[in-house]
Amino acid sequence: MSNESTEKVVYPDALGHFGPYGGRFVSETLIGALEELESVYNKLSADPAFQAEFDHDLAYYVGRPSPLYHAERLSRELGGAQIYLKREDLNHTGAHKVNNTIGQALLAKYMGKPRVIAETGAGQHGVASATVAARLGLECKVYMGAEDVKRQALNVYRMRLLGAEVIPVTSGTRTLKDAMNEAMRDWVTNVDNTFYIIGTAAGPHPYPKLVRDFQCVIGRETREQCLKQTGRLPDVLLACVGGGSNAIGMFHPFIEDRSVRMIGVEAGGYGLETGQHAAPLSDGRPGVLHGMRTYLMEDDAGQILPTHSVSAGLDYPGVGPEHAWLKDIGRAEYVAINDDEAMQGFRTLTRVEGIMPALESSHAVAYAMKLAPTLRKDQTIVINLSGRGDKDIHTVATLDGIEM
Amino acid sequence: MSRIQTRFDALRASGRKALIPYVTAGDPSPAVTLPLMHALVAAGADVLELGVPFSDPMADGPVIQLACERALMHGTRLLDVLEIVAEFRKTDTETPVVLMGYLNPIEAIGYANFAEKARAAGVDGVLTVDLPPEEGVEANAIFRAQGLDTIYLMSPATSDARLRHICQQGSGYLYYVSLKGVTGSANLDVEAVAHKITQMREMTDLPLAVGFGIRDAASAAAVSAVADGVIVGSVLVNQIAELVTAHEHIPAQVSAIIAEMRQAMDA
Repeated sequence: MSNESTEKVVYPDALGHFGPYGGRFVSETLIGALEELESVYNKLSADPAFQAEFDHDLAYYVGRPSPLYHAERLSRELGGAQIYLKREDLNHTGAHKVNNTIGQALLAKYMGKPRVIAETGAGQHGVASATVAARLGLECKVYMGAEDVKRQALNVYRMRLLGAEVIPVTSGTRTLKDAMNEAMRDWVTNVDNTFYIIGTAAGPHPYPKLVRDFQCVIGRETREQCLKQTGRLPDVLLACVGGGSNAIGMFHPFIEDRSVRMIGVEAGGYGLETGQHAAPLSDGRPGVLHGMRTYLMEDDAGQILPTHSVSAGLDYPGVGPEHAWLKDIGRAEYVAINDDEAMQGFRTLTRVEGIMPALESSHAVAYAMKLAPTLRKDQTIVINLSGRGDKDIHTVATLDGIEM
Repeated sequence: MSRIQTRFDALRASGRKALIPYVTAGDPSPAVTLPLMHALVAAGADVLELGVPFSDPMADGPVIQLACERALMHGTRLLDVLEIVAEFRKTDTETPVVLMGYLNPIEAIGYANFAEKARAAGVDGVLTVDLPPEEGVEANAIFRAQGLDTIYLMSPATSDARLRHICQQGSGYLYYVSLKGVTGSANLDVEAVAHKITQMREMTDLPLAVGFGIRDAASAAAVSAVADGVIVGSVLVNQIAELVTAHEHIPAQVSAIIAEMRQAMDA
């Protein structure tokens, strides 16, 4: 099996389009900042010194490469395909998010911006941003929906300990999308001294591209590790999709490997049929929000609908534009897993493998539990275990009726 | 000739500057908007900018964001806004009306469908905040084919090359954002605005209107001395917000602000 680089896919185009998706749908007030970021990124991403610094930080600060772990007991119990876990939960700060914040903080440093801002849903990206800001001595402000501040109290305190200011956002639906609106407003006001660290492969060009590029380390490592450990490429890649950064980081390096099925798992909430979910690729339609064209959850009049998911990190009405494109061209499949199925995935992996996944990643685990029994024992599923579940213990306890 | 051009030509001929109030349609309820529009015109408004409520007004500050939330609470959608304009046109056939909002509600009903209905309702121009010229080629061709002017924003951060490009793409008038920030921000620097307007004047014959940060009669007068028009939004919407429990006073009290500005600008 060839081990040469397979990243021949040239999307996005010069204007940030993935087919009809992506682009730069923002007010003129933001265009200058995005153009500046794009030109700096284009220069630095081709600069070996920048790449070396990024790789060095990933190795010695984040702890990469993360292991590819063969979940033998889970595989045996499900009685089908062999399940491997890409252990992004073992990264410093406990999720894949830090790969991206390391990269963007380096950009901030090169651009001489003393202040960074971020939006966060579950708080993992906020923590990862606060962490790199602490390390580089940057002022950090994190916008978080007031609803999520309640759901993720632990991460809120972590961010404050790291020296970040957490701003609860009370507008709109008080979740991730509103935090993103608020962060954009901050950025447009303070653009001269501020770098906006977007946490997912979404937003206006060049964010979907640069976040993907920083997260592609997941897929590159997986490809190499899988070849080494199993002697072949995986049959199926599974990753949860909110904005979709862990999924695109896993998928993108495999796009040219046509034999590899790629399945993104969206948050089905109370069930697609209830309308109360966060699965725009499964049950939405194309529109424009947060600077990009992509699949959205919206009503007939083009107003964005409130979303629901047990996992704050997936509770978002849009999705990164590259996923929208991969769906349309049929290269990736997208499915939805309901809250209770995700909870089952959480409990199963915890009990059977001693690994407690984030509720986000539990969606991918839950889908693997459905899929594995339908595959042969010599086939391989790799789940991107994007984060660890410590942050969700309160949520799980509440569902169990336990007060902590 | 479009209503917008006719209006600016007339203003130019009489040596006056355009006063352009912005209110969010349907805020705080759909019944208020029509009488408010007429009151604004009576108080001296030359062009009306009518905000189309959107759930995620990313480029707006808290004042207009809350206005959107109030309007959406009563179900004011894009098609409802067009109905309000059609009503307005029954008694006012001269005052230009510009819709200002975000792209998604327009995409949801389709560019061509929107443009046709907007023209039929008597809309004169469209300012789509999150549709820069690069992304707007298709939509703008469709809007212009229906005789709708496409109004663009320009900001202090806009490069010279982009200014030139936008000056070519725009029609009706150009909207210069006076500061870095969202609607409702403070810190208007009239001298910096004057400098930029002089620079843009060499690139275009289109009227140049200035918005963001104009809060009172004095700042309206100061800006109107250096531009062709003054756009006032958040200060009006703030007044509406204070009267959400007394709707009947909204047209009179909000238009009183415009009357004061008119007086200061014409003095």
